[in-house]
Amino acid sequence: MLLAGGEGKRLGMLTKQGAKPAVPFGGKYRIIDFTLSNCTNSGIQTVGILTQYAPLELNKHIGNGKPWDMNHQHGGVSILPPYTGTKGGDWYSGTADAIYQNMNFIHQYEPEYVLIISGDHIYQMDYQQMLEQHKRTNADVTISVIEVPWAEAGRFGILHANDEQIIYEFEEKPKNPSSNLASMGIYIFNWKTLKKYLIEDANKPNSSRDFGKDIIPSMLNNQHRLYAFKFNGYWKDVGTIQSYWEANMDVLKDNNGYFSLHDRNWRIYTHDSNLPPHFIGTNGKAVNSYINSGSIIYGHIKNSIVFRNVSVQQGSYINQSIIHPNVKIGKDCVLDRVIVMENTTIPEGTIFRSDKEIEPFIINNEILNSMLAPAGGDV
Amino acid sequence: MERMMGLVNLEHEHHLLNELAYFRNPASIPFGGRYRLIDFTLSNMVNSSIQEVAIFVRNKYRSLLDHIGTGENWELDRRNGGLFILPPDWNDPTDRSRGDLKFFHNNRDYFNRSNSKYVLISGSQFISNTDYKEALEQHIKEQADVTLITVREEELSNEHESNLRVECDYIHRVQALTNDKNNPEIFTGVYIINKDLLIELVDNCIAYHKDHFFHAAIMERLGDLRVFRFRQEGYHAFINSVESFYKHNMKLLQEDSYQQLFLNNHFVRTKISNNAPVKYGEKAEVVNTLVANGCKVNGCIEGSILFRGVQLHEGATVKNSIIMQRCTIGSGVHLENVILDKDVVVTTGQRIIGSKEKPYVVAKRQVI
Repeated sequence: MLLAGGEGKRLGMLTKQGAKPAVPFGGKYRIIDFTLSNCTNSGIQTVGILTQYAPLELNKHIGNGKPWDMNHQHGGVSILPPYTGTKGGDWYSGTADAIYQNMNFIHQYEPEYVLIISGDHIYQMDYQQMLEQHKRTNADVTISVIEVPWAEAGRFGILHANDEQIIYEFEEKPKNPSSNLASMGIYIFNWKTLKKYLIEDANKPNSSRDFGKDIIPSMLNNQHRLYAFKFNGYWKDVGTIQSYWEANMDVLKDNNGYFSLHDRNWRIYTHDSNLPPHFIGTNGKAVNSYINSGSIIYGHIKNSIVFRNVSVQQGSYINQSIIHPNVKIGKDCVLDRVIVMENTTIPEGTIFRSDKEIEPFIINNEILNSMLAPAGGDV
Repeated sequence: MERMMGLVNLEHEHHLLNELAYFRNPASIPFGGRYRLIDFTLSNMVNSSIQEVAIFVRNKYRSLLDHIGTGENWELDRRNGGLFILPPDWNDPTDRSRGDLKFFHNNRDYFNRSNSKYVLISGSQFISNTDYKEALEQHIKEQADVTLITVREEELSNEHESNLRVECDYIHRVQALTNDKNNPEIFTGVYIINKDLLIELVDNCIAYHKDHFFHAAIMERLGDLRVFRFRQEGYHAFINSVESFYKHNMKLLQEDSYQQLFLNNHFVRTKISNNAPVKYGEKAEVVNTLVANGCKVNGCIEGSILFRGVQLHEGATVKNSIIMQRCTIGSGVHLENVILDKDVVVTTGQRIIGSKEKPYVVAKRQVI
């Protein structure tokens, strides 16, 4: 069950039009492609995608699941928005509630185990290995964990596990973290156990209906077998503009051995626009960058990610930036450490730099117009 | 709008594509960084609202079948209509048809079952980005039996020698098809014909032991049929030799041709493969070049085309060359005026230099 309903408020303008999992990432992909591809590559054939916030783009992107080989006659991918039944209906009030409201969907398949993941993380992981550990240890729940920098530990669910990986303490977003072992929001549950807790939790009036805040702690309280599954690869929660930008820049360092878009054994699937190869013109230059098809480059691209159908005119210099699809950049522009949103047209001579200390600027037509107006159309 | 069906007839295509066609039918020769020649024909058909397409192909078609698959990339995987690869022969002892008529004869059902009234017939060596709806409109308006699609070629060169030339009267009715080398009005090999007439002409050709449908049924009978010309405008190319293959690939490096062939009109569709965007490394120096997804580039390239999944290592130089899918070019390599077919590995330090007029071609899967 893939949770993809979050708004991603901290991504600001990037999620104004659509849900966070649909935000473009890595030159060609959307954030959700990484988890969906992990499912495919792990041999999972039935995936429910829980959507809620602004799902139009996400729905279209997922379609019948074809790009991920998820268009099966039985199973495959199902989009699960909130719905009404004979007893009325409600929005998903939390991660656990989203699963609770779709128990009937899970019943169709009567699974032994349920994998819960979120559609807003960037990583390449084999869930099958996690399931093997889950079975081997006879666990009720297995939580995938990763060591995070101490400074960031307060953003995550923090837990303690002994040498046998048995979890004995769990705290959701602690103020003073006592460990840097963070939950990655990836859980494998025995379905029977989870079902019981979901129903119980739904009857608790004060619950926030959240896996991290409610379900996991109460299972821990009741002495269930909770195990940690240690993950050593690359994993990033792209919850903020800064971390979104960083994760994109990390893609450029993809010869680090454990995360690569070019990995033929762990491919990341997505829609292909079927656009022609990109064209680098006579005075163009591309260094340490990713560039997608259909783009026409006469400027200088450095340390950047360029999506499809982007044009960059002569004399422009782009550094440490993320340029979303269909962006037109005029002559002699300088873009340094910025994120340009889809369909933006940047007029000749525009200069945008975000300093190292601040979050990268996000640029779209609306923002450009509001900045150009006071300047009388001049930049 | 009246319905039209498509037919890609690869039976009588002439070519001088040497190494490039050793292992594949010319229709599946890679072109333009990520396409195969047949993509242009198929895309034009689909973009002209054609929903059923048949292919006549006799040999070396493994790569073609692999490329086309179910036709889904051209939206030809349909409940109704779709893509048909029609086999040439059946065990029919009474069958005495020859040449491409064997295909027509043995696959008569395909034509009979369809409720299209018109058939668009094409080869694979004429490349353009065209919508044939306008030609069909003219065909209907003129109550033509056959409409030949032509181009006017201002600069005639070797690649046009094998193409027929069209002579018309003032209302575009075709008077003669000739080999007159100075006539710039060139038949593209694409034509529209009424389906009922097609079937009738096929029977007639078989009865007279003919072996080339177009020659016997249309060219030799211009006087009996209402044959018109429709001239299409815009970017186009004939790919029938290594020289024309190289020349027209290189032409795509002029932005105007690139725009006209790929971006101005409809999409040119091709088989989708799941490649990451191109990764340029710290040492990449790339100018005037087309690079397809899946490549990893850390060397110098100028005036070249890189197909999907090419790896170019640090210190390698590629000039005026065409590098097909998944080639690996080691460090310190120097390539100039070279065509590398798929999966070629050029080991460290090699130098290969061809001439502009005669590029050096390396066949598929060689290690140099």
